[in-house]
Amino acid sequence: MGEFKVHRVRFFDYMPSAIRAMAFNSRTERLAVARADGALEIFNFADHYFQEKVIPGQDGRAVEALCWVGQRLFSAGLNGEITEYDLENMRPRYTVEAYGGPIWTISSNSQGTLLAVGCEDGTVKMFELLDERIRFQRNLERQKGRIISLSWHPSGTLIAAGMMDMIRIFDAETGHATHRLLVERGAGASKSKEVVVWSIAFLSDHTIVSGDSAGKVQIWDGLTGTLVKTHLVTKWDVLALAVSQDESSLVAGTSEGTVVQFQFIASTVDQQDKEWVRTRTFKNHSHDVRALAHTETAVVSGGMDTQLVVRPLLDKVEKNTQESALRKIAFPHRSLVCCAKKAGLLLFQFPDHLELWRVGESDGLGKPGDSLPVKRNPEKLIQLKRKGEDHICCSALSPCGGWLAYSTVSAVRLYRIQYNNISITKVSKLPKDLRSAHQLCFSSDSSKLFASSSHSSVVIVSLNQLECKHLHTLKPRSGSRQPVHLLFASEDGKWLAAANADCEIHVYNLHKLKLHCTVPVHSSCPTAIAIHPVTSNLVVVHADQQIFEYSLMQKEYTEWSRKLQKQGLHSLWLERDTPVTHISYSPKNPAHIFLHDMFMFCIIDQSLPLPEAKTMLYNQMTLRSLPEPERIRHSHAFKICKNFQHLLCVSLLEDHSLVVVERPLLDIMSQLPAPVRQKKFAT
Amino acid sequence: MAALYEGYTLCGLVPAQTLPNSGIQGVETERDSDHVIVTDSTRSVTLYKVSDQKPLSSWTVKQGQTLTCSAVYSSQSKEFVAVSDSKVSADVWRVHCVPEGEPVVLFQRGAVRLLDSLLSAPQQPIEEVLAQEEAIRWSTNILAESKQFVIFTTEQKGDHFLYLQRLNPNTLQRYRLEREEPGLSPLSFSASYRDNHIRLLYLYPNGHVYQSVVSMRGLGADEGAQALPLPRNLLLGLPVGEGLLEAASALVLDEAHVAVVGVPHPSAGAGKDFLCIWNTNFQTLQAGKEMAGKIYGQLWGYSNKLFIPHGKTLSVIPYECPKSSLAAALGKLKQAKTEGELTQIWSTATTQAATSLTIDQVLEVTKMAPVEEVQKEVEGLLSRADIQDLQASLGQLASTLVSRSLADPAFYTPSTLAQLVHTQSLCHSVCPDLVLLALEKKDYFLCQLCLQFFPDIPEAVTCACLKLHRNEVLRTPYSDTFLLPHLKDLSSQQVVLFLQYLQFLYLKYSQDASTQMHGLRSPSLTQIMDWVCLLLDAHFTVLVMTPEAKGLLLNLHCFVKSQVRLVSELGKIEGSLQELNKMKVKKDVGQYSIEVIELF
Repeated sequence: MGEFKVHRVRFFDYMPSAIRAMAFNSRTERLAVARADGALEIFNFADHYFQEKVIPGQDGRAVEALCWVGQRLFSAGLNGEITEYDLENMRPRYTVEAYGGPIWTISSNSQGTLLAVGCEDGTVKMFELLDERIRFQRNLERQKGRIISLSWHPSGTLIAAGMMDMIRIFDAETGHATHRLLVERGAGASKSKEVVVWSIAFLSDHTIVSGDSAGKVQIWDGLTGTLVKTHLVTKWDVLALAVSQDESSLVAGTSEGTVVQFQFIASTVDQQDKEWVRTRTFKNHSHDVRALAHTETAVVSGGMDTQLVVRPLLDKVEKNTQESALRKIAFPHRSLVCCAKKAGLLLFQFPDHLELWRVGESDGLGKPGDSLPVKRNPEKLIQLKRKGEDHICCSALSPCGGWLAYSTVSAVRLYRIQYNNISITKVSKLPKDLRSAHQLCFSSDSSKLFASSSHSSVVIVSLNQLECKHLHTLKPRSGSRQPVHLLFASEDGKWLAAANADCEIHVYNLHKLKLHCTVPVHSSCPTAIAIHPVTSNLVVVHADQQIFEYSLMQKEYTEWSRKLQKQGLHSLWLERDTPVTHISYSPKNPAHIFLHDMFMFCIIDQSLPLPEAKTMLYNQMTLRSLPEPERIRHSHAFKICKNFQHLLCVSLLEDHSLVVVERPLLDIMSQLPAPVRQKKFAT
Repeated sequence: MAALYEGYTLCGLVPAQTLPNSGIQGVETERDSDHVIVTDSTRSVTLYKVSDQKPLSSWTVKQGQTLTCSAVYSSQSKEFVAVSDSKVSADVWRVHCVPEGEPVVLFQRGAVRLLDSLLSAPQQPIEEVLAQEEAIRWSTNILAESKQFVIFTTEQKGDHFLYLQRLNPNTLQRYRLEREEPGLSPLSFSASYRDNHIRLLYLYPNGHVYQSVVSMRGLGADEGAQALPLPRNLLLGLPVGEGLLEAASALVLDEAHVAVVGVPHPSAGAGKDFLCIWNTNFQTLQAGKEMAGKIYGQLWGYSNKLFIPHGKTLSVIPYECPKSSLAAALGKLKQAKTEGELTQIWSTATTQAATSLTIDQVLEVTKMAPVEEVQKEVEGLLSRADIQDLQASLGQLASTLVSRSLADPAFYTPSTLAQLVHTQSLCHSVCPDLVLLALEKKDYFLCQLCLQFFPDIPEAVTCACLKLHRNEVLRTPYSDTFLLPHLKDLSSQQVVLFLQYLQFLYLKYSQDASTQMHGLRSPSLTQIMDWVCLLLDAHFTVLVMTPEAKGLLLNLHCFVKSQVRLVSELGKIEGSLQELNKMKVKKDVGQYSIEVIELF
């Protein structure tokens, strides 16, 4: 296979934002996650937990709670606004001011007709759900002290509100409070501190479950307003609760990073009466668990440590399957790094700025395993702060490095960069059709900019020194309303491939400016696409880890692709739990395909036999130990390298050297604030 | 450190060629310490001025008569007393006279008379005190608590007895000495009076030096000829070389030092012609001097001078014995200030003292005044700002208090002493009797304070405290080598009890480390463990034979085993943790590097 010079880059200080809230839609199996910077992410649990959509955040938008109503997604936050999102165009649809001060919680009735929000001023405000909007209906009886948490009774007639030192039950029709449940404060020094009921759940048998700042999970009888049982689960706060759909299990998230499960079971074998029994404790977080969701088979948790954790419940899934494996989602499922191959430049995307770096240089050669002396250090050429309060959603750097573009939900910005005496100039007049883009991409000769727009359309803008002109808007025939999340322009400038959240991949002929073909739709969402510079074969990797190669000439899957599908991918390949986010080709060897996920990068050598089920997939160590002639017999198409982790980007430069952008999770952990103090052994 | 200085010859000897003795019967002081009377074994008595090394005068008895005991000088009558041909009214053993005291006559059969009464009625009957076949071997007299005592030892069929004869009123107490190995009789005796106790030091031919202590209290209350057993303790085990000692003698110099003659020097071969000073507290040889010529086993000491006949001369060897302390024994103590310097410092301090009473006045008060007043004055003194300057005088104050307390059983000022100890300007060497006083008064608080603040408590005292009470002692500094022999003095029951307590302490502290934090004055785990080791070292053979100790020893054995295992496991963990450390270092990569990899 050969030697590679690797630029090992660790200066991309990517820092994910803490998870603040989440809501699971069990009908569509979509999980909505809100982060501290206001960004919203949609994960498709039916498709390998793929992060299919990201709505960038906005300065000042602090989402405190999320709520699905059917397919509609609402959020509320401390800015006092309720926001509905447009998931097709990946932007807020509208916001409504609730006029009750900061909003702590939002909850809809099971009928999907009313939305209740809990406000700082002590009111529970009801909003009527209309087709296109929401409309304020009325306030429930106003209380002293803020409303922290809300939960509707499934019948929709009662609503429970968690407050400071107490829980109130309201009659949803009359708006009057019917019960007052006093919550005991913590012992000792915290006796003087108000206890905060952070989370509450109202079950159909009128049981109310509360989690509070004194570390208690309490079970109440909602009919009589009496306390049934107190479980002290932590010395710190119980911040979140989530109940399974069938109300047989509930989980509580704590500041210690633990998730405690309770199950509604008979406490002794021969007993008929069931009660809530504490059963399991999971510790997958180092910091506060702020948000929880209880799916049918798993507990989903997130918090300060920024990772989304899917913990399958082993009594609900088959053991030793992919479904039973713990999953931690730490990085976004799309690339935040853009590499200009010809210029050896890297563009790093942050929510509020872009960084343009030039990789370093070394002279001389070295043996494998060597670190070469760095002749020229890498250099940050430009740090570009975004304009406006909307966060950056996508960015691109032209292969020559001369053009830079980024987009927010409200605007696209294009810059011209000069390198002889580094300067950056904003292109002032952009075509009107280029208002906002979900994805940006430059042609390989840097003469065109492609921007994915609404309804899977792609806007083509021609670039030259004098003006930027709208050339054409490509539209798929399928009429899909989903956004395009992947764009790839072929090396020869003839083809453009676009993949959308409906799993469709459209290939356009750029010479004719029309749709060339649509790749047969696979059930899983594409996570990376690329067109071969020589053969013009399109390679697609999906969220289910399947790899397809489609000939644009023949408009059919290639021989290699068929062989791969027939033989099947190696089981270890399929078990990987992070998606391939980038594909590139080697100009030296057309048979080589470079791709990477978070934990490895892989060179697929199409000239070699595919690994069979019994062969070792990760065989680099074995091959290394074998004598040269023996290697041929043992090698297979998948050359997997795990030397570098955790990967944000692997790309091949024109000089055949690799650029590897690493962001070790430990580095991210080390930048988190200190977790709550816990007594550990011998401390 | 005690020292022997360059000696000089007082006179020549004319030893009888055939006799093993030196030809000197005795050396006694005359009017002062610089004048001695030397009585030879035949007929003459000579008065010498020691510092001038010259005879002042000499007497000789008539031809045919012999002097049968050494002549003494009576300072009261300014006369010399000598006995010729043993005769007064019965056979005389010796005449003794202490300075400022009356000469006393000890008859060979054990009766005692004051010389005056004997002279006034020369024909009075002299009773027989000793039994048949009982004979006096050695005698001395001592002035204790302004009473004169005649002390003599006797031998009867291999048994040795000690007689304490008090004069005016006369009482007699008889003690039986413990037997040493059969056939061994003491080679020499030496008696001293200190702290209300008469201490008898005696040397056996096997090199053992024992001390027996007789309290002056209660003496005479139980009068009678019945011999009480006299407990003894082994002070020193001197090296004897080959065979037993023949002509040797041990003389008490002070509470911690003994001069020994006729015993080999431990590091100078088998020759026995040495004069050595040993420290009994630490069993260390402090000074040694080779004496040319034959040693006769005779030794006298008067005021920092040793008189020793050897070869054909009687030599005078000046010596010095500073206060004993462990630090000194190990050569670590800065040479303590001499008395003279002390006084000097003290007098400068007093001139500075302007307010309240001067230290002189306080000292005066301490000597005479009732308890309350003393307390008040000392408190006043201590509250003064310049207390640091008074360090030296505080020592004097303390020793005054202590000696008064010792002398006057009714006088005791625990709080004042405690205050003085608290100033931390005292140490054991300054007032050596303080700890013993506290022990005697059963004042454990004061004892504890002393143990806490004194840096230089001798091991013997530590052991004495040990017998009484348990945690503070464990914290005092000590040295294994010197403590070990003292620990051996504990009985096996005491040892078992002590070990049990130590084990209890250890378990308590190791289970709950926090208790140790709170009780700041408790001993540390290592200190406890060290003591356990020491005790086991000292008594292991005894303990192995003691059935009660079996369980305890087994427990300790298991305990040690588990500790050893734990330590070895910890060692392994340490090793693997270090490996981890190394691995981490290797992994550290900077922000950027260019590397070469190879794929196969």
